[in-house]
Amino acid sequence: MDFETISILVRLAWLVGASAFVLGLMRMNSPATARNGNLLSAAGMVIAIVATAIFLLARPTEEGTGFNGTGWAIIVVGIVLGGGAGLYSARTVKMTAMPQLVSLFNAVGGGAAALIAIDDYLGLTAAPSPQVNVATVLDIVIGSVTFSGSLIASGKLQGLIAGKPILIPGGQLVTLALAAVTVIGAVFLWAGNLSLPVMLIILAAALIFGVTMVLPIGGADMPVVISLLNSFTGTAVAMAGFVLGNDVLIIAGALVGASGAILTKLMADAMNRSVLNIMLGGFGGGEGTVTEAGGGGSARAIGADDVAIQLAYASHVIIVPGYGLAVAQAQHAVRELAELLEERGVDVKYAIHPVAGRMPGHMNVLLAEANVPYPQLKEMDEINPEFDRADVALVVGANDVTNPAARRPGSPVSGMPILDVDHAKSIVVIKRSMGRGYAGIDNELYTNPKTGMLFADAKDGLAALTAAVKAL
Amino acid sequence: MSPELLSALTVFVLAILVGFAVISKVPATLHTPLMSGANSIHGIVLVGSMFIAVEAHDLASQVLSLIAVAFATLNVVGGYVVTDRMLQMFRKKPVTPKPTEPAEG
Repeated sequence: MDFETISILVRLAWLVGASAFVLGLMRMNSPATARNGNLLSAAGMVIAIVATAIFLLARPTEEGTGFNGTGWAIIVVGIVLGGGAGLYSARTVKMTAMPQLVSLFNAVGGGAAALIAIDDYLGLTAAPSPQVNVATVLDIVIGSVTFSGSLIASGKLQGLIAGKPILIPGGQLVTLALAAVTVIGAVFLWAGNLSLPVMLIILAAALIFGVTMVLPIGGADMPVVISLLNSFTGTAVAMAGFVLGNDVLIIAGALVGASGAILTKLMADAMNRSVLNIMLGGFGGGEGTVTEAGGGGSARAIGADDVAIQLAYASHVIIVPGYGLAVAQAQHAVRELAELLEERGVDVKYAIHPVAGRMPGHMNVLLAEANVPYPQLKEMDEINPEFDRADVALVVGANDVTNPAARRPGSPVSGMPILDVDHAKSIVVIKRSMGRGYAGIDNELYTNPKTGMLFADAKDGLAALTAAVKAL
Repeated sequence: MSPELLSALTVFVLAILVGFAVISKVPATLHTPLMSGANSIHGIVLVGSMFIAVEAHDLASQVLSLIAVAFATLNVVGGYVVTDRMLQMFRKKPVTPKPTEPAEG
């Protein structure tokens, strides 16, 4: 087979790979086909990579350089190192720590895209055509911002870096200055100048920009940031595709760029915030802002034994899991309690707010890991009418998403879609304190006469309830 | 604008539109797995990393391409495996037989 034929076959294989990515994403529409979709996407990836290897092996070498043994050694060693680390970390990570791992994978993807452009730039002897020049600089800038930004986001979620917003003195000015340096440098290069020092300055500015962009953002907003950076990486990869003149990079990169953008907007919408607002930081204190007990009415504390009686003799119980449950890793504890109640004939459902947990859908993953039957998980629109029939709504570590103040204008959470927890006949909130949630305002639900507050860590509180129900 | 660039641009724009169309239909439940799945797809950058690796003839390029290949593979392998782990949990599960009627009101 001559190289022409191979080249055509390889291009067709890339097309198959790209189609598998699209079809795979489409199959991730429903829980039933999602896993299959991911495998389809993975198969597309394998096809694209094997085809690339064949293409590179069959390609006539230029300038008599011959078979580049070192190059192939690099590929093999790189794949073994990266693949081994990926396999190990992905298989051993705890599901609660999964968002930061995804962020880490995102960081290295962006880093690889930036390295391609940097390498390409090092090999230049004259300024490239304007379009390649534009793509190269964009790839370096976006890829570097993603790399450093995702590492910081991952560090925040892992607790290596304080989750609270870190304000850099004169931070806005520093960020602006970095942005200015990047733009001026980029324009200088686009004007047809070939300058390695300028490229390195842009690289450094972009890396620092990624850090200063993410540091001032609170931990609770990290999911939105990770999603945005995921979109950035996709764009950087598409730019790498322009640099190398490779369609499969352009297609896959653009797909991810678009998906990340939509997802970011959905996540921000669910919190009634704009993406811009989040990126500018400085709103609220982030997760776990514990302030003085809320004024305006008093909350009623309730003991585990009383709650156990309420739950055990109810017919319909709706559990509202939130961020606090995820932090306390209480997903197994909640499932235990729910099973116990079901054995007693109580109908138990879970109300999942779109942003419960740390990412949209994260709560579903956590509960599924704890073997909670999937049909019991209800999305907001489906469960809201059912609160009217519920005897007890058990809120575990959720706050702002249950605040009735969101229905009125004039509050920071106004307009945010909430779970109609206050429609239940009786409400029990497991919470460590009267501390405020992310929005930094008091939750009117807590001072509702129907509400009893069980002050405890989510895990301890649920364990106490389980013990109390068993003792009945 | 060269014909190659024009066709690359066409592909780029159409792929963005496809991405919008596909994603907007996914229910919130699957957003985290979806984000992780999309995250693995940009691991396609491995293809580009392989291109620069076989053309690496000086030390700088060799170091850069080794890091690029390792990073990209980490993205691909880790991304798909962790997504699969998440999605595995959504499967089946012998649904516990629900009590036919609630005991008491």
